[in-house]
Amino acid sequence: MSRPKTSLYTTSARTKKRNAAERRFRAYGLFAVGLAMAALAMLLTSIFSSGSGAFQQTYITLDVELPEAKLDKSGTRDMAVMKKVSTFGYAPLITKALMAKLEEMGIETPLKKKQIGALVSKAAPAKLRDFVLANPDVIGTTQRFEFLASGRIDGYMKGRVTHESAERDGKISPEQLDLVDALVADGAIVKRFNWAFFTSPDASGQRPESAGLGVAILGSLYMMLVVLVLALPIGVGASIYLEEFAPKNRWTDIIEVNISNLAAVPSIVFGILGLTIFINFAGLPQSAPIVGGLVLTLMTLPTIVISTRAALKAVPPSIREAALGIGASKMQTVFHHVLPLAAPGILTGTIIGMARALGETAPLLLIGMVAFVKEFPAAPLEGLFDPASALPVQVYNWTQRADPGFVERASGAIITLLLFLVIMNVAAVLLRRRFERRW
Amino acid sequence: MPDQHIMRAFDRDLEAIQAKIMKMGGLVEAAIHESAKSLNKRDDELAARVREADKLIDALEEEVNHDAAQVLALRQPIASDLRTVLSVMKISGNLERVGDYAKNLAKRTAVLVQMPAIEGASGAIKRMAREVERMLKDVLDAYVHQDVALAEDVRARDHEVDQMYNALFREFLTFMMEDPRNITACMHLHFIAKNIERMGDHVTSIAEQVIYLVTGELPNDERAKLDYIAEAQEAEE
Amino acid sequence: MNDIKVSARDVQVWYADNHAIKDVSVEIEDKTVTAFIGPSGCGKSTFLRCINRMNDTIDICRVTGDILLDGEDIYDPQVDPVQLRAKVGMVFQKPNPFPKSIYDNVAYGPRIHGMAASKTELDEIVEKSLRRAALWGEVKDRLNASGTGLSGGQQQRLCIARAVATEPEVLLMDEPASALDPIATAQIEELIDELREKFAVVIVTHSMQQAARVSQKTAFFHLGNLVEYGETSQIFTNPVDPRTESYITGRIG
Repeated sequence: MSRPKTSLYTTSARTKKRNAAERRFRAYGLFAVGLAMAALAMLLTSIFSSGSGAFQQTYITLDVELPEAKLDKSGTRDMAVMKKVSTFGYAPLITKALMAKLEEMGIETPLKKKQIGALVSKAAPAKLRDFVLANPDVIGTTQRFEFLASGRIDGYMKGRVTHESAERDGKISPEQLDLVDALVADGAIVKRFNWAFFTSPDASGQRPESAGLGVAILGSLYMMLVVLVLALPIGVGASIYLEEFAPKNRWTDIIEVNISNLAAVPSIVFGILGLTIFINFAGLPQSAPIVGGLVLTLMTLPTIVISTRAALKAVPPSIREAALGIGASKMQTVFHHVLPLAAPGILTGTIIGMARALGETAPLLLIGMVAFVKEFPAAPLEGLFDPASALPVQVYNWTQRADPGFVERASGAIITLLLFLVIMNVAAVLLRRRFERRW
Repeated sequence: MPDQHIMRAFDRDLEAIQAKIMKMGGLVEAAIHESAKSLNKRDDELAARVREADKLIDALEEEVNHDAAQVLALRQPIASDLRTVLSVMKISGNLERVGDYAKNLAKRTAVLVQMPAIEGASGAIKRMAREVERMLKDVLDAYVHQDVALAEDVRARDHEVDQMYNALFREFLTFMMEDPRNITACMHLHFIAKNIERMGDHVTSIAEQVIYLVTGELPNDERAKLDYIAEAQEAEE
Repeated sequence: MNDIKVSARDVQVWYADNHAIKDVSVEIEDKTVTAFIGPSGCGKSTFLRCINRMNDTIDICRVTGDILLDGEDIYDPQVDPVQLRAKVGMVFQKPNPFPKSIYDNVAYGPRIHGMAASKTELDEIVEKSLRRAALWGEVKDRLNASGTGLSGGQQQRLCIARAVATEPEVLLMDEPASALDPIATAQIEELIDELREKFAVVIVTHSMQQAARVSQKTAFFHLGNLVEYGETSQIFTNPVDPRTESYITGRIG
């Protein structure tokens, strides 16, 4: 039975229906993409709107008198004597400086000394003390310093705190806010980019303004280092063995299946594993980057093994045959020819695996990284055993705190984390593009 | 078009065959010359040598055929290469026939030497033979230089050879009618003349192969054939 | 009649249960091009790959019988296949230069076999091999360019240069021109004709015409058997076995 002859210019009913179906499908696709884009936009907007504030900080610039009488009773710049003066001794100096400033500006206020002093962050005296102890020759002079403004002042500058909310707030009053306005007009209070957000360690619940990601970034860095140093060689080595040298029998099949399954295990299970083996059994310190690194290594290994195997498989067998045909041994073939060609794929897989590990929270919580860590861990290798925090854990930590200043901090930390992830993934894509070989 | 094939062995094979053709041509030229000379000089030793030499010509023809078959099987020639091989096979066949006619001439010479000479006949035959010899030389030149004009010229000259044969035919008739004792000798001479005329036809065929080799087409115009039958028909009209 | 370079006796090859090569005995002559022809799946490539033990890389492949190179059994347990492959080079169907520079491609073999004591010696080996492959003139100014940037025909000549750099005694070629255009093919065939002055060349080809053009001896394989082996001119003008005649005239295959 042959088809009836039709003109090309007329569209048959079948074709019309098919075209309509394809148009509908395209519309569904577009709708789905649109939905995803909208969700992404909502996420990014909410994070950036609440977190962008974390990258700016309010500072008060004051000229502080540093009388020898108060700071160095002996007059000999003896460290032991100077250290005896605690932060309680330094705090009044700052308040005095602030009051002097107000006088100079000719501002009258009904506030008491304590309330005036509350404008400056409670962390400021410690900073001043550290500076003076580091530079004893400034005693007896008047120096200009920049201090962090207190959390509520910072909030006011960023719009979180208003005159209305100050009425109800125990920690700040509208009169203090008026002072702030005056000081801003004078230029003594400024809001500028907050590098300290990245470099300072975490701070207590009282001082959200001085809380920073320094320890968390360092902790995450150490863990990534551990992951890189351990997971990459082990993963690549295992992969090479499985792909190139292992005999193809039932045992290697079983191993392959198990590795693929490991990649799908929930991360919290690795946390329990880490707790049991590394902390309880091996006795490694809690909350240390080494333990976190080891747990993350175990988590990242399957990813690296799988991507390495894919990269090795992608090397065309013709290259191997050519090398063997020349008289290269199996080992020489793998290391001189296959590995260099698979390297971009391996690198990409490693970076993606590490990016995943960077963002993992559950296993780290289980090994105790949820604690508040204020001191920077030392340099590796000893530093790997010091307690530290990690970026995602820090986010969790800060969201638990009461002070609204920490909400902004947490969002800021999320933005930082996202930034690192984006950088790592972009690096992976660029690497892949650059090394995509034409063989 | 570059002259050399990428596979140089192919060139070597073709050159070898063409060298054999040229060698055959030389031998056949010599055969025509020597056989005519032996008739003229009534030299039966020379005639015997011509007959021996024909074996060489036959052997060469066999070699050329064998080599050509090899080239066809092993090199798969096409286009001009194919025409080269095909024309070489035909030309060697034609040359071998011409050689055979020369051998035949020598055979009859051996017989004629026993009889009294016929006046004037051998001169005419010598002239015919010389013309055919020149035609052969020219056609071999045309083959080597792929000269179509020269080949056409050779084709045209066959006309003269035919006319010479017609003249001789009438002359021999006259001789035979004059004196019946001449009949045997004249019959032999007639066959010799006919053989030379056939040589001319074969040389013309070689010329046509040269044209085919160069242009890819055999000349399709009727050869000017002017033998006694056509003449008689013309005379009747 | 040249010396016998490779002598195979009663060779059998199994791929698991598939009896791929049955009772093949053949003597490959030195300084001669020997062609293996036959329809697809007849075993010619399999047999070729036995000569340099490339079949060792396939787990399910089993080889019995004797294959002797200059009188030495290549399947003897003492023989290291790596060393064998320095003596028996191979060129594959699809040109597969290493994604390194042209120089490094050719120098790789000599390097791993320790054939050059100094850089100068290595340079000489590279130049000699590239000249042998009729490629030197085209690449001598860009030895550091990538090997994969050459045209198909040039890449295949590079692979040939790479194979001859280890000074092999036998050169195996598995359909070396089947991925190339006609001009490049003709250049490779001319090259093979030159190579036979120094090496024993064995070429597997699915083009009978190529076998006719290029080889002096031809072996016809059919369903794993060696049906006929003789002078190329005789096989292509008047083969002895009717199966050979059927195949080359295009009646079976």
